[in-house]
Amino acid sequence: MRIDRYLTTLLLGIRTLLLRKRVEQELQEELQFHLDQQIEQLIEKGLSHAEARRTAISAMGGLERQKERCREVRAGQWLDLVRADVIFGWRQLMKRRVTTAAAVLSLGLAIGGCMSAFRLIDALFLRSMPINHAERLYGVFRFGSGFSDGKPRLETSYEYPVFQQMRAAVKNEATLVAVSYASRVDVSFRSEQEMEKAEVQYVSGTMFGSFGLRPALGRLLAENDDLEPEAHPYAVLSYDYWVHRFGKDPTIVGRTLRMGERVFEVVGVGPKSFTGTEPGTATDIYLPTMMNPGVIHPDWGWIRILVMLKPEASAAAVQDQLGAVFETLQRERVKEFSGRPKQFLDRFLSWHVKLRRTRTGISSTQDDYRLPMTILSALVTLVLLVARTNVANLMSAQAAARAGEMALRFSLGAERGRLIRLVLAESAMLAVMAAGLGVLFSIWATPFVVNRIQSPSQSIRLALEPDWVVALFGISLTAGVALMFGLLPALRTSKLRPMGALKGIAEPLKRQRWTRGLIVAQAAFCFVVLFVAGLFVTTFEKLTKQPLGFSPDGILLVDASARKAQEPAVWDQTAEILRTVPGIVSVAQAQWGLLSGNTQNSFVAVSGEVRPELASMLSISPDWAATMKIPLIAGRAFRQTDAKSDSAVINETFARQYFGTENPVGQRFSMQGAAGDLEVVGVLGNARYQNVREGSRSLFYVPIHQPDGKGSLIPISNSTFVVRTSLGDPMTLSDVVRKTIAKERPELLITNVRAQQELIEAQTIRERLLATLAAFFAAVALLLAGIGLYGILSYAVWQREREFGIRIAVGAPVRNIARLVTTELLALIAAGTVMGVVLGLVSLRYVGSLLFGVKGSDPAMLLAPAAVLLAAALLAALPAVVRAARIEPAMMLRAE
Amino acid sequence: MTKPSDFVQGTLDLLLLKILALEPLHGWAISQRLTAASGNVLQVSEGSLYPALHKLEVGGWVKADWKVTENNHRAKFYALTTSGRKALKEQTADWDRLSSAVSLVLRLREAKG
Repeated sequence: MRIDRYLTTLLLGIRTLLLRKRVEQELQEELQFHLDQQIEQLIEKGLSHAEARRTAISAMGGLERQKERCREVRAGQWLDLVRADVIFGWRQLMKRRVTTAAAVLSLGLAIGGCMSAFRLIDALFLRSMPINHAERLYGVFRFGSGFSDGKPRLETSYEYPVFQQMRAAVKNEATLVAVSYASRVDVSFRSEQEMEKAEVQYVSGTMFGSFGLRPALGRLLAENDDLEPEAHPYAVLSYDYWVHRFGKDPTIVGRTLRMGERVFEVVGVGPKSFTGTEPGTATDIYLPTMMNPGVIHPDWGWIRILVMLKPEASAAAVQDQLGAVFETLQRERVKEFSGRPKQFLDRFLSWHVKLRRTRTGISSTQDDYRLPMTILSALVTLVLLVARTNVANLMSAQAAARAGEMALRFSLGAERGRLIRLVLAESAMLAVMAAGLGVLFSIWATPFVVNRIQSPSQSIRLALEPDWVVALFGISLTAGVALMFGLLPALRTSKLRPMGALKGIAEPLKRQRWTRGLIVAQAAFCFVVLFVAGLFVTTFEKLTKQPLGFSPDGILLVDASARKAQEPAVWDQTAEILRTVPGIVSVAQAQWGLLSGNTQNSFVAVSGEVRPELASMLSISPDWAATMKIPLIAGRAFRQTDAKSDSAVINETFARQYFGTENPVGQRFSMQGAAGDLEVVGVLGNARYQNVREGSRSLFYVPIHQPDGKGSLIPISNSTFVVRTSLGDPMTLSDVVRKTIAKERPELLITNVRAQQELIEAQTIRERLLATLAAFFAAVALLLAGIGLYGILSYAVWQREREFGIRIAVGAPVRNIARLVTTELLALIAAGTVMGVVLGLVSLRYVGSLLFGVKGSDPAMLLAPAAVLLAAALLAALPAVVRAARIEPAMMLRAE
Repeated sequence: MTKPSDFVQGTLDLLLLKILALEPLHGWAISQRLTAASGNVLQVSEGSLYPALHKLEVGGWVKADWKVTENNHRAKFYALTTSGRKALKEQTADWDRLSSAVSLVLRLREAKG
């Protein structure tokens, strides 16, 4: 069969697969046309319409039967065509099982890697939210300079009053929706003691309506559920949560749900497809924004703003109006900041709003993983290229080895096109098998990767169900790969000169320009993967091994809140009670745990002069430093009596930054906006405060109990108990702690219990993921490159057996033979490495921001992968060299 | 008298190729043309016509296009491809050889009888 007809058959087959409905409709239309014509003719001959119709249909043998026969013919033609090639290709592949297995395995792994990466990207960045008119949905973003470093930044958070003004300003052009950041909090559907975690999001009452969503049960929140602060205690559950937590219990509507001291009534269940507005997080419970205490606070940035444009409205006009509102509010607010440094005011005023399309929704998971996912995709693509190069080399080596067979077929009258097709069919089958393996791999690997990025404080849930985008990606990837490695050998076959091939004149490696090019490219890609993997592994090492300034082992952080602010004595007594629990060594209190992500910053004035740098602060109890094992550098720790004096403890960086070389103990400073001075009584070692990646920051501590100015202490409503246990896993005490406090101090509510170690791990999850996956890809790439080089060399030696035999016969030492085999290869690897170094240095521009404690331009980081690559190449070359050296000239010449 | 079921396998394909070699036609016109051109001897049942056309299409011998007829109906028109033309030439030659061989044999019998 000729190639053009072959392609027609293939394309029509694919069309039938993809456009089944259309093809069916065409068939119906074609036959219907015929019937109509026939009926017309019969009527002209004098038959009644009914008779004519009956006659026409029976002449055709029934419309449906006729259609069925056409379908069969079409499918049959296609199957015949594919079957012949499949059988032939299969036979060829089975003749060389080891090569086939190696090719399928390496390609399968690489394709699977690509598919997994793409599935994650699709789920996190590409999938539209299942809402009406996602194309009209915009997010309100803020751009401006960071307050602490002045670097350009993008933010999505707003204060609720800002939202209200914006909503009013554009109410004719768009519906504005406020959504809080989804957060994982304690909720209870029974008693307080049976707390469980759920992902809760506060949303505008208008959200469900403007998204065109319908309830699966009961009702959704509406505009009327979102009018007055604290007045609408209603909750909507997500469909997934309803299924997983309540087994689709239809009586859920009307049940109550407790969050802290507040009780909500469940009014309905959301639609099945909708998982919230944050890709990466699936919201479990939706509450009206008005139920969040933040709605009345002008300085709490806790919501994102989404804009659903009305059909005729222009995004640019809405952006201008929102911008005007925002700017007016900024100018008003900046008036409150008198006394702050000018630099701060400039940065504050640099912020402006912009609308951006957000059909996928907005989430911080997207921000966190945009760059890592891009880099991982690039790595996995490089691995795919290495694997593909490998298979191309194997296939073309085989094509060369089969030149004789092909020449024979050609001489016997086979069409050139037919021969090309044979080679292509083999490639296609390899690719399909590899894709099958790849799909299996990705089914396993994608959830595996998602599980690796879970943390107790943030659970990542992605909609991974394959959709048509994923399917299309898989198919085009497979087709592309098959073409890439099948085309070269196929073209080679087409250029075949039967005479030469039959005489056994094979082209030497030297002349095979493309083979050399492939080796160079393979080495370069492999180098880049190794290099980047090295950087990520080192980053993770440095990050986890760096001193934190405190000892996290055995520390349990117990976040507690009180329904009504409680006297400091109550908190102290609770700590006292906890101290009696077996396994607990010491208990302290703090505003929050270190590395919990919370910060409180303040400008500091020394001798009345406000400094431009911000300092961070934390309220602690006297025994906090000892519990955290932070060393005391100078002075003393807090005492119980410090609560009523104006004393502060500072860290080393604070001392250096604000007091220079002077002895800091006894110095005084003031917080900007506070009335009195604070006196430094002690200096503590530096400890990581908000983030494990941060450098040393200026930090000062104040006593957790503060005087109210009338001789007593201010009652406290939130605090964290820092509990040092003697246990390896402090979480085993979690239940005991919860029960003890619930029994002894029912006025306190435990909102969260976490191990300090968990917080640290949560902050290094991204680095761990990058290091693990990059190392895995590097190993795969190295293995593939090794196998590939081994294959090429073995083939080269086999080709030049005659030459080597003669050389050995005339007395060439083994050394020379070894050099002959390896010199060119090593030169190619070296060239590839140089290319790789260049590519690697270019890649630093993208990778750089993810690194910690390591420089990409560090010669050691460049030398190590080069050395590993060279070692692998030498190892791969060894068997071929041994084989070349062992050629027995006598035996070989006899074989000739 | 030739009934559709008596068509020798492959003969219908040849006839269709021949008719389409003259001009692109839709199924109904093909069936009319076939009947008329053979002096009403050959009547192709629609039962075989369309499967045969579809086979030729998927096999790449003819290509199909949706066009509007003179009566302003949308219909699927078939036309020969290069492969189809080549096949027509080959099959016509085959048919000529076969039919002349058959005639030869038949004449021989008559002479003896």
